[in-house]
Amino acid sequence: MWLAACARYAPLLLVAAGWELAVLSGAISPNFLPRFSAVIETLWELLRSFELPGEVGISLLRQSIGFGLAVVFGVAVGVAMARLRLVDRALRPLVTLCYPVPVVALFPVLVLMVGLDDRLQVIVILLGSILPTIVSSFNAARGVDQYLIWSARNLGTSSRRTLWKIVIPAALPEILSGIRTSLAFSFVLLVAAEQLGADRGIGAFALRAGQNGFYPGMFAAILTIGLMGFAADRIYLALMRWMLRWQEQE
Amino acid sequence: MGAIDAVGVAKRYRLDRKREVTALEGVDLEVGQNEFVALVGPSGCGKSTFLYMVGGFLEVSEGRILINGAPVRGPGPDRGIVFQHFALFPWLTVRRNVLYGLEERRIALDERHRIARELIALVGLAGFEEAYPKQLSGGMKQRVAIARTLALDPEILLMDEPFGALDAQTREMMQEELLRIWGVRKKTVLFVTHDVREAVYLADRVAVMTARPGKIKALIDTRHDRSQGAVALMASPEFARRANEIWELVREEALAAQRLEARSGDLGRPSQP
Repeated sequence: MWLAACARYAPLLLVAAGWELAVLSGAISPNFLPRFSAVIETLWELLRSFELPGEVGISLLRQSIGFGLAVVFGVAVGVAMARLRLVDRALRPLVTLCYPVPVVALFPVLVLMVGLDDRLQVIVILLGSILPTIVSSFNAARGVDQYLIWSARNLGTSSRRTLWKIVIPAALPEILSGIRTSLAFSFVLLVAAEQLGADRGIGAFALRAGQNGFYPGMFAAILTIGLMGFAADRIYLALMRWMLRWQEQE
Repeated sequence: MGAIDAVGVAKRYRLDRKREVTALEGVDLEVGQNEFVALVGPSGCGKSTFLYMVGGFLEVSEGRILINGAPVRGPGPDRGIVFQHFALFPWLTVRRNVLYGLEERRIALDERHRIARELIALVGLAGFEEAYPKQLSGGMKQRVAIARTLALDPEILLMDEPFGALDAQTREMMQEELLRIWGVRKKTVLFVTHDVREAVYLADRVAVMTARPGKIKALIDTRHDRSQGAVALMASPEFARRANEIWELVREEALAAQRLEARSGDLGRPSQP
C-alpha cells in the first residue's frame, strides 16, 4: 500500500527533488526561491507554534459558511428552477446574466459595500460557488428519467411529492459531482478574497509573509493551501461515494 | 362495459406553431375483465402512446378512455404499469422498490412487509431482497418491476414492451413467468409489443395497429389450448397460421410506415417522452 502511494505521488516527489537540487546547485538563487527542505522546516515550525493552524482554522470557518450556504441554496434554487415553471421564469434571466460574470470583477463593489472583514470572504465564496451549483443542479434535475417519475406517479406519489421522492435522489449523482467542482473553486476564491486585505486567514498570512520577505513562510502557506484543498476533496469524495453506494460504477 | 373502453381516441403533438402530428386517430378498443390483449404494430404507430394514455400519463386529444366506465383522470393505482427499461429506483434495494407503492399508500407496516415478501417470492427473487438494481441482470430487474407493480394489486396491468430489452432466452423465460403469475393473479392485461410471436403466445386477443396515425386495423382471437405447454403450442400448425396471419398484417403497415417516412423525411415523428 505504501509502495502504491509512493508510486502514485512520484511526480510530486520528483518536483520536490528538482526544486531542492535547483536551489542547492545555485541554478536558482535562494533569494528568489528558498530550498524545499527549508520550506518544510518552516512549515513544521509554524505548525508547532500553532501560528498556521490558527490561520487555517479561520480560513476553513469562512470557507465552510460561504460554501455551505452556496450548496444549500444553490441546490434548492437549481432543482426548483428545473421543476417549477414559475421559479424558472423568475430566476432564469438573473442566473443566465450572472453566470459568466467572474466574482473577481465584483471585488471592488463588494469591498465598498461590506468592507474587509469576515463577511467579505464569506460573500465572495458564496457568490462564486452558488452559480455553478445552481446550474449543475438545474441540469441534473432537468435530466431525470421521465419513466422514473411516471413509475412513482403510478405507485401513488403525488406530482408535488415526486420532487423529494424521485427528482432529488435521481439527480443526486450529478448534483454531487457539480458540487465537487464548486468545492475546488471555493478554495481559489477563499485565498483571493483573503488577499484583498484580511487581517487573518491563510491567504492573508501568505501575502504578509511575502511582503515581509519571509519567503519560506510564504511557500509554507501556499503548500498548506494546496493541502487544504486536497484534503477537502478527498473527504468530499469519500462522502460522495458513500452517499452513492447504490450507483453503478462505470 | 369492459375493464378498458377506448372510444374514438386521438393524440396530436404540436411540433411548433404551425405543424402538428397526429400519432393516433379514431382508436376504438374494448378490453374485457381479466382479458389479455396484446397491441402490435409497426414502430412509431403510437401503441406505447395509447398505453400511456390508458395509464393517465398523457392526455387524450380527442375521444375518451374509460376504466370500468369512469374516464381516466391521471395515473391511478387501479392501473399498474411496467416499462421496457424497468424504471426501477436505483437508490432503493429490491425490497424497498417493491415496498415503495405500499409505503406511498400507507399500508400497515406488517401488511406491507408480508406483501413484499410474498411478491418477491412470486417473481423468484427470494434472497435478493437487499440487492441494489445495479447488481441484477435485466431479467431480474424486470421481475422486480413486475413485483413492484403487482404490490398494489392493480386491477389492470399495462405492459410497455416489458421484455423488449431482454435477450432471447430470458425473454422466453419471462413470458412463461408472466403467464404463470397471470394464472395466480388474474388481471386485465394490455400488453404492447412489436414481437408478433410473443403477442400470439401470450394474448387472448391481438390488436394490430396501422401505421401513423395509428388506429386498430384488426382484432384477432388467439385463445389457445395451453395444456400441452409452450413448446408444443408454438410448434402447432394452428399457432403458426395465426402468427403468420398477424405478421402479414403488421408487415403491410410497416411498409406503409416506411413510405410515409420517406415522404415526410424524419419530421413528424412524435417525440417520445
